[in-house]
Amino acid sequence: MENASSPFMERLAENTAWMAWTWPTAAFFATIAALLAVFTVLALWRPERARVGVLGIPTTRGDRLFITLLGSAFINLAWLALVGPNLGWALALCLVYALAVFRLV
Amino acid sequence: MDKPVNNRAWLLVAPVFLIVAFSAILPIMTVVNYSVQDTFGNNQFFWNGLGWFQELLDPSTELGGRFLDALWRNLLFSAIILAIEVPLGILVALSMPREGWKVAATLVIMALPLLIPWNVVGTIWQVFARGDIGLAGWAINALGIDYNYTGDPLAAWITIVVMDVWHWTSLVALLCYAGLKSIPDAYYQAARIDGASRWAIFTTIQLPKMKRVLLIAVLLRFMDSFMIYTEPFVLTGGGPGNATTFLSIDLVKIALGQFDLGKAAAMSLVYNLIVLALCWVFYTVMTHAGTERRQEENPA
Repeated sequence: MENASSPFMERLAENTAWMAWTWPTAAFFATIAALLAVFTVLALWRPERARVGVLGIPTTRGDRLFITLLGSAFINLAWLALVGPNLGWALALCLVYALAVFRLV
Repeated sequence: MDKPVNNRAWLLVAPVFLIVAFSAILPIMTVVNYSVQDTFGNNQFFWNGLGWFQELLDPSTELGGRFLDALWRNLLFSAIILAIEVPLGILVALSMPREGWKVAATLVIMALPLLIPWNVVGTIWQVFARGDIGLAGWAINALGIDYNYTGDPLAAWITIVVMDVWHWTSLVALLCYAGLKSIPDAYYQAARIDGASRWAIFTTIQLPKMKRVLLIAVLLRFMDSFMIYTEPFVLTGGGPGNATTFLSIDLVKIALGQFDLGKAAAMSLVYNLIVLALCWVFYTVMTHAGTERRQEENPA
């Protein structure tokens, strides 16, 4: 089993070396991919109506996820610029922001 | 709003998604990977955490200062060309003929600058504005005005702005013209009966009817000018000094000139986030304006 798959894995590693994968970035993308998968399944399983929130625009769950992710990126950047490289509290702030977006927007 | 959203249509997007995965998603993942590492080539990478982002967001560092300067330059450029191209485009659209053979002739002439590739536009203006052999550069110098876009930052800015106005005003004009064509004659007849002035017709009939196409024009021109690369690269190469180094030009200088892939990746991600956020705002405003109008037309 090990011998059969390792030449393939070796070639894959060789041919994707330029992508410079790291565990933290892989975890980052895996999280986003998982979120997208969950929301896709949710949208198929429980179709919803768009609703109008505080922004005055109709939004679906997917729109709210997009607003959350984009806003979180800016929260983290602002934290990095104004406070420092320790982003633990920034992530906590992002969760609060996510809750607010999903409840109010 | 009336029907539940059916997300099954997304399955039809799958083939496009596959293509985009290879042309956009994999490269952008790679950029994210580069942005947290440093490299000296040969596929050897060293973990740097958030170091590049921290440097980028701190204006006192070399990278942060460069980024902020280029960002301001880019925003200023977009503001200037929007302030010129949108009113000028409306004015041109208003004075374009409405019927007869002149319509076709005007449309073809207006479309010509839009058909020229960006790098050719840059080359045309590079020669056109030269003081020794260029028609415009020579003529301005002959008038006694000292004009040299390779040495004087103001001259370089004016040349780039004029080039962009020449290249893209027709797009705004054509969009506005399409908006104007959709106004029924009855509106004008009613205005004539009421004795409305030319200005009143413009502000109460023509401008409201052009609102949507104008939004599209502003969106297109803003995004294009915010991401401008080829024309200033060919015309001035970002110079004199760094006077016309816009974000994309600086990005290429860092990534390919200095081979600082980590710095360039961090910068391109922040650049990308700004573009994405602005796109979302414009898109939302545009689609929202659309639903508002439909509700006005069919209140039920």
